[in-house]
Amino acid sequence: MKKTTILKGGRVIDPANGVDAVQDIVITDGRIAAAGPAPKGAEIIDVAGKVVCPGFIDIHVHFREPGFEYKETVGTGTRAAAAGGFTAVACMANTQPVNDNRSITDYILARAKYEGVVRVYPIGAVTKGLEGKQLSEMAELAEAGCVAFSDDGKCVMDANLYRRAMEYTLPFGTPIISHAEDCNLSHGGAMNEGVVSTELGLPAQSALAEDVMVARDILLAELTGAHVHIAHISTAGAVRLVREAKARGVRVTSEVTPHHLVLTDGAVRSFDPNTKMAPPLRSKRDVEAVLEGLSDGTIDCIATDHAPHATSEKEGEFDHSAFGIVGLETAVSVLLDRLVKPGIVPLTTIIKRLTADPARLLNLPGGSLTAGAAADITVLDLDAEITVQPLKFRSKSRNTPFAGWKLTGAPIMTIVDGAVVTV
Amino acid sequence: MGWTRKDLLTMRELDASEIVTLVDTAQSLEEIATREIKKVPALRGKTIVNLFYENSTRTRTSFEIAGKWLSADVINFSASGSSAAKGESFVDTAKNIEAMSPDVVVVRHSSSGASEILARQMRCSIVNAGDGCHEHPTQALLDLLTIRERKGRFEGLQVAIVGDIAHSRVARSNIHAMRKLGMTVTVAGPPTLIPPFVGELGVKVSHKLEDAIRDVDVIMMLRLQNERMDGGLIPSLREYSRYWGLTLDKLAKHARPDVLIMHPGPVNRGVELSPEVADGPYSVILDQVAKGVAVRMGVLILLAGSKAAAQA
Repeated sequence: MKKTTILKGGRVIDPANGVDAVQDIVITDGRIAAAGPAPKGAEIIDVAGKVVCPGFIDIHVHFREPGFEYKETVGTGTRAAAAGGFTAVACMANTQPVNDNRSITDYILARAKYEGVVRVYPIGAVTKGLEGKQLSEMAELAEAGCVAFSDDGKCVMDANLYRRAMEYTLPFGTPIISHAEDCNLSHGGAMNEGVVSTELGLPAQSALAEDVMVARDILLAELTGAHVHIAHISTAGAVRLVREAKARGVRVTSEVTPHHLVLTDGAVRSFDPNTKMAPPLRSKRDVEAVLEGLSDGTIDCIATDHAPHATSEKEGEFDHSAFGIVGLETAVSVLLDRLVKPGIVPLTTIIKRLTADPARLLNLPGGSLTAGAAADITVLDLDAEITVQPLKFRSKSRNTPFAGWKLTGAPIMTIVDGAVVTV
Repeated sequence: MGWTRKDLLTMRELDASEIVTLVDTAQSLEEIATREIKKVPALRGKTIVNLFYENSTRTRTSFEIAGKWLSADVINFSASGSSAAKGESFVDTAKNIEAMSPDVVVVRHSSSGASEILARQMRCSIVNAGDGCHEHPTQALLDLLTIRERKGRFEGLQVAIVGDIAHSRVARSNIHAMRKLGMTVTVAGPPTLIPPFVGELGVKVSHKLEDAIRDVDVIMMLRLQNERMDGGLIPSLREYSRYWGLTLDKLAKHARPDVLIMHPGPVNRGVELSPEVADGPYSVILDQVAKGVAVRMGVLILLAGSKAAAQA
């Protein structure tokens, strides 16, 4: 006998299908059922007054397994994802050992199968050991299930090698994801170069370190015809470059993090290491530019760059602390409270940038409520009032700059393959 | 004469009246150095820990003398002789020292913001004795005390700060303090040593020494760290000293006859200052050092002393 669940009375927002209407969603055997009368005996979940959308997809997380299980594991990371409303994640290759060969990809997928509560898509390394010297075995990685390639956390400084990587991966249809940072220009800078860094006397990196690399990668994408995706875009210059390249027809796409949308480098005045990440928090002008890019489509999607670190790595001297913050469990509330509630970005745009757009970029299933699709669904309560409490995170790590923030709007239910995920 | 703060971390956070309170308090304590018995009971029974993660002779000695003249128990903790050398984290060290109930911790650290971290972690008073390239408030205070004694005022004075502004905590503390006290500040140096957007801190920028020192009341020369060549910031010490070194000849041609020459030390003789200038009639460099002890006594009394003790 078929198992049927009905999400009743919610406002369904499904950007892929142009839907924004109050209607019921019927799930049969883990899949979205075609519209029609629901069978008797179905389980009813009342979601009246709530927003029902396709499960959110985060194409940029770091789950640290294997190698850094004290920061995060696939098990804890996927629980954090589910708690934050995400039904699928793509995890970066900078594990130890690096995900630059099939056995590591297999291991990550096995951990996901046994401990994961949401879908996990591995991203393979572009170069062996992320060393920027030799290509990893990308054909086999793609066959094993890697959905993209990236040396994220590091930048491939050798332009010729990067060109070869783009050419080599053309037959697989997998994008190359660029961590755009010219490490000569960034030169170990712990924060954005600007009036705040001048005041604080912290080693700083110019926005140019990102702009230069985005420009290079756009030119390489144009030369090779490859799809280059710019991770965590954060500068006005990079947004302008991507906008111009897209208008020319270059296959370049980009993502932005919630923190680069709502925080400026002014937050570093606290010297709180939880305001330190790569790329760094930028100026107000840059924040305005990424908001504009998110609205006009220059920026294709929102990704968290969830980067867990242990407390001991994030409580000391700012310049000695690790780069990165967790994001899975705060992203949706931060976006709803800071961008949707004040009317800066429409709710439907935010949902599209978390569903249909990321699915399109990495050729992933999901991202829509089309009949027959796997029933991956996120339910939002736009009126829920929450306080960010890092000690209650499902993630192993607590490194967030949003601790104590009072936010309105939150994910309240995450459904994968038709089953409500409990975390 | 209100002083309500637990810590002295930056000049940026102080208002003009707080700065004047600190300078006045220091001035009232200067005469202790002239006594035969240099000891007052103001901080008897108080414990001061000098927590120095960076080499420093002048500043640590100055704080140590200040604490001892005030009858406090002063303990020096240097990173190289301690558990920090064995890999203990900065925060763990702070928590361990906190457990021993000090009244004041004076911290010197190579990382900007180190004193803010301690102030968040510890209940006792924190004095920033220099954090990275951020601030060095007691240096700014002793500079101000020196300037006021010689010039009789702050308002309307013109100051040139010359050299490696980008890496100077002394420059930052002085810029904040001097602006609040109504002084005009010009920072000067090769563009690679001037931090971007420094104009937004309310200073003028000059790239020519001769222009910067013209008509100013005070010239503050900064030490050029030898390692600055490594980052491609300057080609050589030789070229730097040729264009940015202050000599008697340049002073005579371009500066006022009553100009004060200051330097936070240690001086690179022959690089930023010629020996004749460092030891010459314009120089108040040793005055600065002497006033450093009075300033540190004043700070320690305001942070750790009882009201009665402040009258001692």
